[in-house]
Amino acid sequence: MQLNDEEQAMQRGERGPAVKEAIDFQVAVGTFFGAKRFVPISNAHMMGDIEVMGDAGLSRLKQMAEAGTHCAVGITTNARCVDFDHVKQLGQVEDEVEKERQIIAHLRQMNVITADTCINYQTLYQPHLGEHVAWGDTGTVIYANSVFGARTNFEGGPSALASAITGRTPEYGFHLDAVRRGNFTVELDVDPSDFADWGAIGRLVGEPHQSYYAVPVFSGPGGAPLRRAPTSDELKHLGASLASYGSHAMFHMVGVTPEAPSVEAALGGNTPTDRMRITREDIDRVYAGYDVKDGCCNLVVFSAPQLSLFELKRISELLDGKKLAPGSKLFVTTSNAMKRSASELGYIGRIEAAGGIVLEGVCFYILQDLTPMKQRMGWSSLVTNSAKLVNTITAHRFNTILRRTEDCIETALTGAVK
Amino acid sequence: MNATVKPVLLTIAVDRAAGPVVEGEAVISTEGFSPRYDLDRWTGVISKPGHKLEGVSIRDKILFFPTAKGGIAAGWAFHDIKGKGIAPKAFVFGVTNPVMVQGAIFADIAITEGWSPDPLAVIRTGDRVRVDPARRVIELLERAP
Repeated sequence: MQLNDEEQAMQRGERGPAVKEAIDFQVAVGTFFGAKRFVPISNAHMMGDIEVMGDAGLSRLKQMAEAGTHCAVGITTNARCVDFDHVKQLGQVEDEVEKERQIIAHLRQMNVITADTCINYQTLYQPHLGEHVAWGDTGTVIYANSVFGARTNFEGGPSALASAITGRTPEYGFHLDAVRRGNFTVELDVDPSDFADWGAIGRLVGEPHQSYYAVPVFSGPGGAPLRRAPTSDELKHLGASLASYGSHAMFHMVGVTPEAPSVEAALGGNTPTDRMRITREDIDRVYAGYDVKDGCCNLVVFSAPQLSLFELKRISELLDGKKLAPGSKLFVTTSNAMKRSASELGYIGRIEAAGGIVLEGVCFYILQDLTPMKQRMGWSSLVTNSAKLVNTITAHRFNTILRRTEDCIETALTGAVK
Repeated sequence: MNATVKPVLLTIAVDRAAGPVVEGEAVISTEGFSPRYDLDRWTGVISKPGHKLEGVSIRDKILFFPTAKGGIAAGWAFHDIKGKGIAPKAFVFGVTNPVMVQGAIFADIAITEGWSPDPLAVIRTGDRVRVDPARRVIELLERAP
């Protein structure tokens, strides 16, 4: 990599050992990918919680904080694995909860804003067209690249943190024009009507095209814009699902995303490697593909990504005046800020009155101690409207079932899944 | 180590590579990998129901995966499993994603991307192989008994 004077000074240790360690790490990653140089970033978003970091990560973070490591650009944290108000209810291990507190303290010491949200793009920071950022998790990345036209790769926790420390990131992957061009097309001959429909589309497209460098171009029939442009929450569910099933970091949507005025413009001269068409029948086949076992389900989850205020409002309306089936649990996860607002607006009260549990600052699949929790609670099947959650939680051996939002509510109220 | 004097039965060229030279037992997967979706990060065993490697321990292995799934988790997770003593010696990917690379470099685990010929055709699970990132090669040292 070609380094400028400032970057060379960082490498020589003239900006301190923490900066040197960060840039050495970034140079190694950049060299792997053949990056020619660094690009400055304006914002970073990092994953950092005890569930994924473990003791080794905590100890590394402690060393960094004690060495005086300081982030030079705005950086926020992704969802974590503990909601401190629900530790006892979920039976989480106090030792691990204490470690989560330590992580938060170390991050704050390093000038990190511990916002604990995976919907930063809806609630905290909206980068502009062409702006370079360093974000993770994957849902934040695909939204930034696709919907805003900003530029970021998937950045793991240590990498996003290193970017914030040095204020730059190696220029490879989705920072480059050539990588951002679409390389296959998807005609949506269907009017998706639920977040689960959008997630199912993400699965149908992502699963057979599993590659970081696969960039789908969505349109309506014949390359026209969709009959109805999706909302921010719908794009969120589509993107999260594509990123999860396909490891995709970007999509185009004709007439919706800024680099796709037309299919041809989005392809940028690429010949599509595949041309997909998705119909209502295809989406229904996704739903039919889940095994409902004995038809009983005592766990319904709305999470992954965290819910927006609009989603919280809708769930509260669907649950208004109703009660969960005896023995059933319904979880909703959102950010700290959204929970405050939704609380003031009465949405949280309605969900809780029905028996639902609203967790803040977390995402369900990364909850600390989830596998033992599953056993303790007697959970087997999990019903959700999030295609991402269906995929991400599998290591914990849940029998996951994707359903439309209203069907999920029905399961929570009856204990039955169809 | 006298690793360098072993006769090499076959060489696979890789496009990109980082990390230390390692030798170990190959595990070949026809399915992609995510430490979040597929791995029990407390035991080092692939735990996703139905994964092609379900029940297989990744500890000290040289893992061959066609693709990467997901995911941001690898950034910390590889460092974590190394701390727990259940990490593989190397990740060999057909196509990977940046987080796998960031995570492997952060944890000082060897990682490669792109291959010729396709290991699926020439390497079998249980074979002994060497990954040499600086030379961008994977060498078959010994066939599984």
